[in-house]
Amino acid sequence: MKIKTGIGILAFFTLMAVFGPLLIGADPAATSDAGLQGPSARHWLGTTQTGQDVLTQIVYGARVSMGVGVLSAVIATVIAVAVGLVGGYVGGAVDEALSVLTNIFLVLPALPLIIVLAGYLPQRGVTSVAVVIAVTGWAWGARVLRAQTLSVRRRDFVQAARASGEGPLRIVFFEILPVLLPVIATSFLATVVAAILAEAGLSFLGLADLSTVSWGSMLYFAQNGQALLIGAWWWFIPPGLCIALIGTGLALVNFGIDEIANPRLRTVKARRKARA
Amino acid sequence: MRFLARRLGFYLLTAWAAITLNFLIPRLMPGDPVELLVARMKGNVEPAAIDAMRRAFGISDASLWQQYLDYLGNLAQGELGRSITFFPTEVSTVIADSLPWTVGLVGVATLISYLVGTSLGVLLAWKRGTWLDGVLPAATFMHAVPYFWVALALVFVFGVTLRWFPVSRAYGLEVMPGFTGEFAGSVLYHAALPAVTIVVASMADRILGMRNVMVTTLGEDYVVMAEAKGLTSRRVMWAYAARNAILPNITSFALSLGFVVGGSVLTEIVFSYPGIGSMLLKGVENEDFPLMQGIFLVISLAVLVANFLADLAYVVLDPRTRQESE
Repeated sequence: MKIKTGIGILAFFTLMAVFGPLLIGADPAATSDAGLQGPSARHWLGTTQTGQDVLTQIVYGARVSMGVGVLSAVIATVIAVAVGLVGGYVGGAVDEALSVLTNIFLVLPALPLIIVLAGYLPQRGVTSVAVVIAVTGWAWGARVLRAQTLSVRRRDFVQAARASGEGPLRIVFFEILPVLLPVIATSFLATVVAAILAEAGLSFLGLADLSTVSWGSMLYFAQNGQALLIGAWWWFIPPGLCIALIGTGLALVNFGIDEIANPRLRTVKARRKARA
Repeated sequence: MRFLARRLGFYLLTAWAAITLNFLIPRLMPGDPVELLVARMKGNVEPAAIDAMRRAFGISDASLWQQYLDYLGNLAQGELGRSITFFPTEVSTVIADSLPWTVGLVGVATLISYLVGTSLGVLLAWKRGTWLDGVLPAATFMHAVPYFWVALALVFVFGVTLRWFPVSRAYGLEVMPGFTGEFAGSVLYHAALPAVTIVVASMADRILGMRNVMVTTLGEDYVVMAEAKGLTSRRVMWAYAARNAILPNITSFALSLGFVVGGSVLTEIVFSYPGIGSMLLKGVENEDFPLMQGIFLVISLAVLVANFLADLAYVVLDPRTRQESE
């Protein structure tokens, strides 16, 4: 149930990002005279200070926000897989070094580092922002994958592959990697959400590409357009709500998987009541 | 104490990594920070000023190794360069003025969030199957909410609409800073909304994390045994189940600190709170690279210290980490 709801939410936003702009058609940056109007039949989510339609911006923003999230999660996951699997399989000094590197990136506060790196970027395009977020966001996945690799390494099929003379690289990427695909998938999804949050924070500070409409840049313009003081709640509530809903969808998927793996977590009806 | 010594060694290594990263970032990023600055000033800079800026960044024709040694030497004396925004104030002075506000706000808010969130998690696990399960969907939603969005919503509701709380600054314009009750009251009043933001946005993680570990722990034999002995349910809940469930919770709490600090930076900015987060934004807006880097360094070191404190708590709670030495 949880997993279905979660996948439903994630699918909804993915479809919105891919097909939404085609359906709506309008230009998200197009201004009009009808500024700061509340939700109405014409503008379902009202308009911004310069008369831009908030719903159109949300739909186009999904493309940029989720695009950055997915792109940087792909990069981060590639790093995480390389570091986690190689470290976990090879062991020894290589593993020690990679573990220390992973733990360092895990402890260092990501957002301040992203802010500093973005400050140095000559051009803050969508791709460079995604790369900066990925560089700071791979450590958690690497740690999880290393732990999983350690346990898979001992299994019979890996021993058999080694005995039949397969090279270490082949074993890591063709024997172990396929077994870990579910773990990689969950860690990928978690990284997407973290990256969406990071991009939103960066845009909110005016540190990403403000000429493209993303949920973060919508919040930036809402804050700088005094949306709060004017009482234009329809301008700043929707972008944050979308981010939080995507995060909720992902969490539901993850919790659902946890409950399958650990039946005790399921919310059964009052098993303890009799004893209490 | 081997556990603590090992952790301390790791933190020293990480501190060195942060310091070195700080040195490398301006040198490895595409483009020269000084040229970037000159370009953004549309070229209206005298050659002498460009030279001075290069010196301020510690970028010279000397070898990279020599630059690194100079940088470490300066750092050892607490020298972080001069801020461009607040020229000619030293970066270390700017940080020293703003750090107490951040440590006070984020420290207290994080502590409240941890204590309340963990207790709620224990309670939710204990009472599972009752109406309290209704908290779970809400917590799942809150767990992914951006800090600055919570801040905006609180400003909108309690600041602008209801006018219950001030929405910017750390204390009122009318009070003089000093050790007076009036000043303290004003500080608390102004800190209310930013603190609530951090508590609300960070608590869901603690609730969900603690609940899940606690539920697993409740199925352990020693908990069943404690119940069978007829101990009061309060004692079973806290002294048997919660005390064991809290260990993984502390580890995940320590790892989430970097995230909390990042969120707090954004929260400060929404509230124009005069802490280190607002300074970081000023630095970024003014291309003030020395200030940005100094702040990154200080935030990183603060997170490391907080992590070490979490390790100390772990040692107090888990006798196994102490046993090796005895």
